[in-house]
Amino acid sequence: MVRNRSVASRVFDVVLLVVLIAISITCILPIWYTLALSFSSKSAAAAGMVGLWPVGFNLNSYVQLLNEGQFFQSFWISIQRVILGAGLNLLIVPLMAYPLSKTIKDFKLRNIIMWSVIFTMLFNGGLIPLYLTIKNLDLMNSIWALVLVGGAQTLVFNIILTMNFFRNLPPVLEEAALVDGAGPWYILLKLYIPLSVPVLATVSLFSIVYHWNEFLYGLIFMTREEFYPLQTYIQQLTISVDPSSMTEDQYKRMSELSNRTLDAAKLFIAMLPVLIVYPFLQRFFIHGITLGSVKE
Amino acid sequence: MYNKGFAKHYYLMLLPGLIWLFIFSIVPMFGIVIAFQNYNPVQGILGSEFVGLDTFEYMFSLNDTASIFMNTISIAVMKIIGNLVIPLIFALMLNELKHMIIKRSIQTIVYLPHFLSWVILGGIILDIFSFQGPINQILGFFGIDAILFFGRADLFPFLVVGSDIWKEFGFNTIIYLAALTGINPALYEAASIDGASRSRMLWHVTLPGIRTTVVLLSVLGLGNVLNAGFDQIFNLYNPLVYSTGDIIDTWVYRAGLLNMQYELATAVGLLKSVAGFILISVSYFLAYRLTNYRIF
Repeated sequence: MVRNRSVASRVFDVVLLVVLIAISITCILPIWYTLALSFSSKSAAAAGMVGLWPVGFNLNSYVQLLNEGQFFQSFWISIQRVILGAGLNLLIVPLMAYPLSKTIKDFKLRNIIMWSVIFTMLFNGGLIPLYLTIKNLDLMNSIWALVLVGGAQTLVFNIILTMNFFRNLPPVLEEAALVDGAGPWYILLKLYIPLSVPVLATVSLFSIVYHWNEFLYGLIFMTREEFYPLQTYIQQLTISVDPSSMTEDQYKRMSELSNRTLDAAKLFIAMLPVLIVYPFLQRFFIHGITLGSVKE
Repeated sequence: MYNKGFAKHYYLMLLPGLIWLFIFSIVPMFGIVIAFQNYNPVQGILGSEFVGLDTFEYMFSLNDTASIFMNTISIAVMKIIGNLVIPLIFALMLNELKHMIIKRSIQTIVYLPHFLSWVILGGIILDIFSFQGPINQILGFFGIDAILFFGRADLFPFLVVGSDIWKEFGFNTIIYLAALTGINPALYEAASIDGASRSRMLWHVTLPGIRTTVVLLSVLGLGNVLNAGFDQIFNLYNPLVYSTGDIIDTWVYRAGLLNMQYELATAVGLLKSVAGFILISVSYFLAYRLTNYRIF
């Protein structure tokens, strides 16, 4: 490309670079600060002396965390939830996306089914009816309440992404397979699924992150702390406040009483799985989202 | 190439997913009859007495109702505008950057906060803005008295909107960047030969090139006017800021699950679902009319 290389243009480039780097630093600074806080001494944290580097470096908060059985119990529940939720999502999404990617000519009820599926995404009964349904199904305190309720709400979006991806695959592929005598199951399993790794990685990433991060269903469907997933457990400990009325002084005192270094360690450990999984999957999701959703 | 016998395989593929959606999305919708009942948890939905629109009359007589709807809409509208404009500016700046490695690294970093939960980020943000936190330390350095940021109702909506934009702007740029790569490079070459400066190219090539995407995203934003972000507000708010920060979803949670006002919480939830459904349908219709966008 022919470009204008004037001095003003070069100065602009440098300023732009500095601004963009400054903005991106704000995105990791809070995470870095939390890490520094978790390694600092309690007194330094309480005095507000911690900046970007730990003050009075020690591992006390992590040792304290190791002795907290409930933290690891909740961590384990979250791991189970992610495996079950993402696994089920990966099983059901291509299975539904494939028939729905057919035209109405090939599959008569396609549009009616598609509309019903979309409807569940656009309208819902609200929190109380959902809570009562789970209660009536006897799923309270069961991990399946977390896996299935959350899964049903993210399923439709993932199906749409995958369906659009399937539709963009060249139709001649399927026609060739049909000529060779392949049936729908064979085409889905041996042709479509291997070709849709980017979009399936994307919906898996969304599902993993969703199930790892979701806290509300843990809060309302689990009546005992021992069944809490990690985010619910952390939410209850570090953030939750007494919902009755509160004065400014009480609020201030509460934030002063909290164990900031231990809280920071918990927050950091809880985001660690996302930080680990993210670099491996992120190269897929940009590809997956833009292929599956934006159509010219 | 089409075989009539395939339809039954298609139904078989759809069956597990449809059962899942039916139990966890459709069945709870029947629970909305509670809004028209004098609900008795012991007798359940089938045994409770119908009272018609009494709950709705009571709802409209409450002072809370108007304020939670107003809070929801004002926070949501600010978020929609901010999440439309800031990522656009960021994408335009990033698009001017020619070093691919730096560009990729910046993108990777700014997407990250999107994948962390509001439980985690809420914990971090509350700590950073706490009375002894880094923000107040910096203010203290300039001789400004410490501010109890999250205890002030007048600041709360802006902190909520600001932190939401901070979390999501990176991820929201993906769509804009995809649209920017779709612009024909020949247009830039032609403009360059004609002697256009960078600002002229931005005005006459880049912005018209992504106009459709901007229109599409603004129209789709309309459907979210009643979603101010439960997860975020639930993890940041406290009784001191209920007057400006309480939104429909957080109110429904407290009224329904903490205070057991099942009918009232269901009625408010139903009003939100119906209004939300209409808004989303209208925005999808407009998006289709204006930009030819179809979700399926």
